[in-house]
Amino acid sequence: MRFILDIFTVILVSAGAFFFLAGTVGLLRFPDTLTRLHALTKADNLGLGLVVIGLLPQTGGLYAAKLVGVWLLVLVASSAVSQLIGRAARRGMLQK
Amino acid sequence: MTIASAIYIGLAVLVLALAGWTTFARDDYAAIVGFVTYGLLLSLVWVSLSSHDIALTEAGIGGGVTGVLLLGAGARLRGARESTGVKLPGIAQRVSAAALCTSISVGLALAVLILPDPAPTLAPSAAASLAATEMGNPVSAVLLAYRALDTLLESAVLPLTLIGVWSLASDRFWGGRPGLQYRADREGVLVFLAQLLPPFGVLMGIHMVWIGTDHPGGKFQGGTILAAMWILTRMAGITDTPSISRRWLRIVLITGPAAFLAIGLAGFAMPGTFLAYPAGFAKPIILVIEAAMTPSIAAALALLLAGPPERKPNG
Amino acid sequence: MSAATLFGICSAALVGLGLYGLIIHPQPLRKILAFNLLGSGVFLLFGVVARRGAASGMGGDPVPQALVITGIVVAFSATALAVALLLRLFHETGRTTLNTDASKNASNNPARKSTDS
Repeated sequence: MRFILDIFTVILVSAGAFFFLAGTVGLLRFPDTLTRLHALTKADNLGLGLVVIGLLPQTGGLYAAKLVGVWLLVLVASSAVSQLIGRAARRGMLQK
Repeated sequence: MTIASAIYIGLAVLVLALAGWTTFARDDYAAIVGFVTYGLLLSLVWVSLSSHDIALTEAGIGGGVTGVLLLGAGARLRGARESTGVKLPGIAQRVSAAALCTSISVGLALAVLILPDPAPTLAPSAAASLAATEMGNPVSAVLLAYRALDTLLESAVLPLTLIGVWSLASDRFWGGRPGLQYRADREGVLVFLAQLLPPFGVLMGIHMVWIGTDHPGGKFQGGTILAAMWILTRMAGITDTPSISRRWLRIVLITGPAAFLAIGLAGFAMPGTFLAYPAGFAKPIILVIEAAMTPSIAAALALLLAGPPERKPNG
Repeated sequence: MSAATLFGICSAALVGLGLYGLIIHPQPLRKILAFNLLGSGVFLLFGVVARRGAASGMGGDPVPQALVITGIVVAFSATALAVALLLRLFHETGRTTLNTDASKNASNNPARKSTDS
């Protein structure tokens, strides 16, 4: 049983790491701010979610709830900040 | 080479690369962003050194609040580089500075490599005197019992620095409100975030102060989260900084250090030395100190970020 | 090489980088950044010493750790005071340096305000 849980953790955390890598590649390769934001928010939040779900079998009870709480906080913060950056970027583009 | 050491080597390389970015970047804004990222990665380094309290403090104060302070300063100083017109140092100065710094680094690295083994440590003597405090977190116990004098002096440093910052106000703004007024779209995302997060943030800050007696945490880390929530509401324009002549503000700032000092002086009366706790009462007294100091720390951190008064008291 | 030794060498390099940035940059804001870098390198050295002093069932010697926490808070206070001084200087004179030779090289003073006392 432990072995199955460990395999589950490894697969999901690797998938999360792959999504982070994809988001970073998008950050480096996309041409302007709005497309980079798109790559970052989609990939990083999903990547973090996969990492958190993969780590859940390794702990129990309160720590698992704290991990999920961390993911929710990151979602809230990154979505708010992405909106603000996007608005500022659009204002900057319209001024040109 | 195990996986753990591969991760440590990767972490060290990343931290050094970010430090190099902060030092050598041409643009000030890029350097500040590099510094904030460096602070966050440094807290991972602290975790790998089993110093979890320091990791929390570094992520909160070292990376977070210092980053906000420097970003604000960088935004206000935009255009300063052109108007200053100072000559950049020439190649000879750069080479000699690089030689000096390299020799200092090599000397420190050699000192690290020849550190004595087994290492001398104060852990046994600290553990011996911590048994009376019944706390599970040795770092908090050291901060509040074994080396309580250091924490008392540090709690006095924060209001003194605040006085120093306030004294930089111009005469016509003396006693006024620190910083500029922030305005944000009332229906916008920033206001929504500033209404959503602070209840959870305050809860987490108080939880971190409470849990600091047995697990990593403590009043500095919890106070930073409380200060961050106030800073968030200020940046959204929901609340405004109080004018520094308000009495309640000064009372909040002074209560923590004053309570700590009073308990220290009372130690003369009971067990006989400064800052000694009577036997059996150590943990309640420590909790009183932490409860009194947390609002003071949060207020001092937030006001240090806000800066000297720049507006008249009623506007 | 244990984690403590590796990060000890890392802290030595950070001290060198911070000191170089402090010497080289003429802009005070960059000097403040480099000073923070230097300080964090010194704190990391403390942390390495703390990690090596693990005994009595603890993960690390708690006394250097308590000193580093105090140090981080005091370093932030010093940075806040330095930034306030710098912003006041810029507000008063429109320049970020006390070097009077710079006034001959400066082209304009965009932030020059009427002098307050």
